[in-house]
Amino acid sequence: MTEELIIAGFGGQGVLSMGKILAYSGIMQDQEVSWMPSYGPEMRGGTANVIVIVSDERISSPILTIFDSAIILNQQSMDKFEKSVRPGGVLLYDPNGIIRHPTRKDINIYQVEASHLASEMGNAKIFNMIVLGAYLKIKPIVKMENVILGLKESLPERYHKLIPLNEDAINSGLKNVKAFHELN
Amino acid sequence: MSELKLMKGNEALAEAAIRAGADAYFGYPITPQSEVIEYLMAEKPFERTGMVVLQAESEIAAINMVYGAAGAGKKVMTSSSSPGVSLKLEGISYIAGAELPCVYANVVRGGPGLGTIQPSQADYFQSTKGGGHGDYRQIVLAPASVQEMSDFVRDGFDLAFKYRIPVLILSDGVIGQMMEKVKLFEPIPRLTEEEIKEKYPWATTGKKHGTERRIITSLYLDSNEMEQHNIKLQKKYKEISEKEVRFELIDCEDAEYVFVAYGSSARIAQKAVRLARAKGLKVGLFRLITLFPFPTKQIQEMCSKGMKGFLAVEMSAGQMVEDVHLAVKGCAKVEHYGRYGGIVHTPEEVLEAMEQKIIGG
Repeated sequence: MTEELIIAGFGGQGVLSMGKILAYSGIMQDQEVSWMPSYGPEMRGGTANVIVIVSDERISSPILTIFDSAIILNQQSMDKFEKSVRPGGVLLYDPNGIIRHPTRKDINIYQVEASHLASEMGNAKIFNMIVLGAYLKIKPIVKMENVILGLKESLPERYHKLIPLNEDAINSGLKNVKAFHELN
Repeated sequence: MSELKLMKGNEALAEAAIRAGADAYFGYPITPQSEVIEYLMAEKPFERTGMVVLQAESEIAAINMVYGAAGAGKKVMTSSSSPGVSLKLEGISYIAGAELPCVYANVVRGGPGLGTIQPSQADYFQSTKGGGHGDYRQIVLAPASVQEMSDFVRDGFDLAFKYRIPVLILSDGVIGQMMEKVKLFEPIPRLTEEEIKEKYPWATTGKKHGTERRIITSLYLDSNEMEQHNIKLQKKYKEISEKEVRFELIDCEDAEYVFVAYGSSARIAQKAVRLARAKGLKVGLFRLITLFPFPTKQIQEMCSKGMKGFLAVEMSAGQMVEDVHLAVKGCAKVEHYGRYGGIVHTPEEVLEAMEQKIIGG
């Protein structure tokens, strides 16, 4: 199994940390992982993205242009990365703030109202964990117990009391992901 | 039990310095390698192992602190990125001339000049052909993973002390900034003053009455002496060329064409090999691990076994390709491909170059 994923959105949405938690979850189940962020002026422009690869094999290039899956969290990233999903692949997005929805017919497209659900749960910061939950519903590449272990590893000890809240957010994502366009 | 961690390449390099039993790190921040000194300052090894971590007032100050500490037999390290490394090269030439051990890392960014903070491999000439002045060489290790960013610090110190030579860990913004799984090696204790005195008869550990003076210098005003010193250095570089070449062959057994690459370009080329194999093309990868010494003999052997073509893949306008040419000596096709100035080539671009320039060319 190899999953090549890009997560793209605004800085502050938790794009990089979502990728980090996923990568740590992969390590917890003895897989190879890589996490390659955009850095420097790209980030200062307000957009942030990270390429995460989880694999049973040694990972070759950490930088890719075609992905198995894309998690897209703002319009700029939709414009840039919709075309980067391989045919038959997965595009997951939060429709909040999206004016031009994806139009491709050769990929599976899903929505999760993560920002809406996060504000319902009263904490905007768990947005990224809702998205992660939605992604794991579509692509269960890591086991839930390993995600929790991954959270423990990537969060400083003083935030460990927030793990149950994060778990609730992941479960909310798991439950609330909707198909927008699915291939047969 | 060794520990598994998810770390950035720069963090792994810093952690490895502590674990390798380094006595000191002298640095000055520059993107994309600032995490090295940030990590060391946060980890505070000075409270645990006694390792000194100091932000100098400039790169030049930092490298001369390295020179001084190395002269006293200490395990000492510095790191920077391209423009900062250019500043350090005077010191490196002195360290090479005075035959002292040290490890330094260059997390390369695009140049020339202040350039860009994005990844590049355009410091190959600087790293392997001198950089500083004089007939000197240094061992150059090119990590292609976060794991190697860690392991090569330990290996680099071993080589540096074995040959009393500067060892450069040459990476770039990709390897420095990305996170991967890394198995950290068991910590090696720092040497005590007594151990240093015993192990390194050349180190300036304090002259006692009746003992010989030990002089650390690269200055020989008598040309005959200077020539003899140079001959001695050249003998050492020859020995290193014979004994310390490191490389990795990926899918080369039945290959008709190979990519020659190091560092992040080797990772990208490895993906291009997979894409090529999926198309039925017999393509492999010759990954350089040491850039000096260069695997000239091993590439020559590939030629004599009938390899049809070599594509040198590097994020530069074509530097390493010159050494591939020198190894191949016209017996097979050699071309260069690479994006540069901070642009990272994609596996698809690399494969296309192989198909157009080598296979179909």
